[in-house]
Amino acid sequence: MAAKRATRKSNASKEELLKYYREMLLIRRFEEKAGQLYGMGLIGGFCHLYIGQEAVVVGLEACTEEGDKRITTYRDHGHMLACGMDPKGIMAELTGRSGGFSAGKGGSMHMFSAEKHFYGGHGIVGANVPLGAGLAFADKYKGNDRVTFTYFGDGAANQGQVYETYNMAELWMLPVVFVIENNQYAMGTAVKRATKSPSLWERGAAYGIAGEEVDGMDVLAVKAAGQKAIEHCRAGKGPYILEVMTYRYRGHSMSDPAKYRTRDEVQKMREERDAIEQVRKRLLEGDATEDELKAIDKEIKEIVNEAAEFSKESPEPDLAELWTDIYVDGSAPQNA
Amino acid sequence: MATEILMPALSPTMEEGTLAKWLVKEGDTVTSGDILAEIETDKATMEFEAVDEGIVGKILIEEGSEGVKVNTPIAIMVEEGESADNLSASAPAATAEPAPAAEAEAPASAAPAAPKAVVSLEPDYPEGTEMVSTTVREALRDAMAEEMRRDDTVFLMGEEVAQYQGAYKISQGLLDEFGDRRVVDTPITEHGFAGIGVGASWGGLRPIVEFMTFNFAMQAIDHIINSAAKTLYMSGGQMGSPIVFRGPNGAAARVGAQHSQDYAAWYASVPGLYVVQPFSAADAKGLLKTAIRDPNPVVFLENEILYGRAFDVPKLDDFTIPFGKARVWREGDDVTIVSWGIGMNYALEAADELAKEGISAEVIDMRTLRPLDIETVVRSVQKTNRCVTVEEAWPIASMSDHIGSEIMREAFDYLDAPVLKCTGKDVPMPYAANLEKLALTSTKEVIDAVKAVTYR
Ligand SMILES: Cc1ncc(C[n+]2csc(CCOP(=O)(O)OP(=O)(O)O)c2C)c(N)n1
Ligand SMILES: [Mg+2]
Repeated sequence: MAAKRATRKSNASKEELLKYYREMLLIRRFEEKAGQLYGMGLIGGFCHLYIGQEAVVVGLEACTEEGDKRITTYRDHGHMLACGMDPKGIMAELTGRSGGFSAGKGGSMHMFSAEKHFYGGHGIVGANVPLGAGLAFADKYKGNDRVTFTYFGDGAANQGQVYETYNMAELWMLPVVFVIENNQYAMGTAVKRATKSPSLWERGAAYGIAGEEVDGMDVLAVKAAGQKAIEHCRAGKGPYILEVMTYRYRGHSMSDPAKYRTRDEVQKMREERDAIEQVRKRLLEGDATEDELKAIDKEIKEIVNEAAEFSKESPEPDLAELWTDIYVDGSAPQNA
Repeated sequence: MATEILMPALSPTMEEGTLAKWLVKEGDTVTSGDILAEIETDKATMEFEAVDEGIVGKILIEEGSEGVKVNTPIAIMVEEGESADNLSASAPAATAEPAPAAEAEAPASAAPAAPKAVVSLEPDYPEGTEMVSTTVREALRDAMAEEMRRDDTVFLMGEEVAQYQGAYKISQGLLDEFGDRRVVDTPITEHGFAGIGVGASWGGLRPIVEFMTFNFAMQAIDHIINSAAKTLYMSGGQMGSPIVFRGPNGAAARVGAQHSQDYAAWYASVPGLYVVQPFSAADAKGLLKTAIRDPNPVVFLENEILYGRAFDVPKLDDFTIPFGKARVWREGDDVTIVSWGIGMNYALEAADELAKEGISAEVIDMRTLRPLDIETVVRSVQKTNRCVTVEEAWPIASMSDHIGSEIMREAFDYLDAPVLKCTGKDVPMPYAANLEKLALTSTKEVIDAVKAVTYR
């Protein structure tokens, strides 16, 4: 599949490649830091890292315009960074502090940003899919041409509500791009152990939804496919499905004994297909220098360290926060 | 610069672990992603990866060491040309500074030691039975294995139950013993496989449906209630659903609002279901065996925090506990504390504390919520004249409310104080550590409630 898209690679400018390099590296370093902070007990509960999948969200975010929306699962740190949310606020949410995007009340799996049109961060596998279609419903209803990216996993793709949503999304021609991040595993279950469908995107055909498979380790291929999908939606042609073939290097969450795949399989992917390495190589084959890239590495490290510092220094939420945000401020009747 | 490698926390509930094996030795150069060591938690053996590059300067904790606390330095990494020789092994841990506290500390409720005083009015097993220390996790597995050996129609189905050995390792070893005909991995499709389970129960099988947690059973609740609970009635008694829905329920440790709900009252309100919420390993085993044999649908609510707790379990070939029989853990005269499941932690700890102050509490573990052994509670309240209920679920329309109203109906004249409830707070579960602690009930709340009803 990589070969299929090879022709699209050539015409990316150095600026564009540098932008992807920087954005993907930010996600990777951020996630490595989050893993460290988890090990130190500063982050608790579930923490699902995005390492390995960076090209998916960076490539697709490159297609979006102001007002486009995104919604995803618990594996959400990368999506938030890519849509421009402040790393400090994300890391502080991971440590459960008042400076976090949900004031410490949501945690790794549940963050939101009204400003960036990021609608979460959802913990129930499959549940964010109809929610994403609902966002698209609202845009269509209002008559604008905004598009919603609804991200979910290969495991989620077997939930029934996904197909109920497909049916309605096409029936009502909703401007939603369904992005299946096929990282080959749902916890310990390889895709092939969960379905006999040869591909996940093709299931959309049963509902009349167009789609395609994309090489998710190649940020330019992702970008190109995303562009096609978003144009389809903006033109009022209804939903589109992208099955993006990717890979997570780390465990499902922090507590994953990883007995379902070999070390070699992971190592091979990292060494031969890594998305960041691919862009790095392409940059160096062009007229970028090692020094230029080193400077970016350094800059990213600083951003991540600052975020980590902030996440440690930000105070825990005030205890009174336990009782806030249950109902909209000022809306609750006196005796509620 | 030398940096310490600290014993990592590898799961939401891990506090210590075994450093099973070092995969590097002193002097080795490692890069990010290399496996440094294998660490065993109570749930799994996990590989621990290097995050940065460097040289292993010194190994501080020998392999095979058990009970290594999270954040203990286990090795020292150095850079090229640096030596670790002059680094003291007892170097202070580079742990994170504690978070600036928002206000007064919430009462700490660290996991208490396993309760010792076991006074059961009507023991579930003959006196003198040999007891074996068993974790709740093992007890649940043993119960399933024994029933599967006994009855070929019993099978287990759920996400990650077979090859992965269970997301919380409850089904460890079952695939090996029973094969994939009887230990069935499902896709992530709760609504679908719960329905398939109910259908299979009509077809003459006895399914055990594991939900990775009961939070995900909300996807499937239609089949639990509309299909399993109501069909016997709707068919005029022709078609029962002998099925067990089981899995962890309630709060774990900082897993947020969508993963922390306690469903006790929801399911206990449904006629046609039996609902079990055990605390001890013996009860988990005896009641799960009963559940599997029962011809009715049973909702079996476990708790992740309790999985690793060890209790004495009677060594008997066939140990079952009937539904609807509470267990008295501790006899007392001044107040009755009623609880079940993990709430028993607070109840027993509070009773210990209260005893020191001369207040004698009787502690009752309901064990099953439907049917509910209200008689045992009423008998106790007739003696103590006061009652406090304890649970982690939300307060409104709770089991506590139901028990309180039953006591009022059956023992109104005996009450010297209103029945008070200690429950989780009326909020979605927050993630922040300080808020989560506040959102749950606590031993201190139980003690305060007891003092209020005893007017101390
Ligand atoms: C309804 C529901 N069932 C089960 C779970 C537990 N769970 C969390 S993530 C996960 C695997 C999902 O895999 P996939 O959709 O492929 O996404 P990935 O984790 O690979 O990004 C499971 C089973 C859940 N959160 N919600
Ligand atoms: Mg997956």
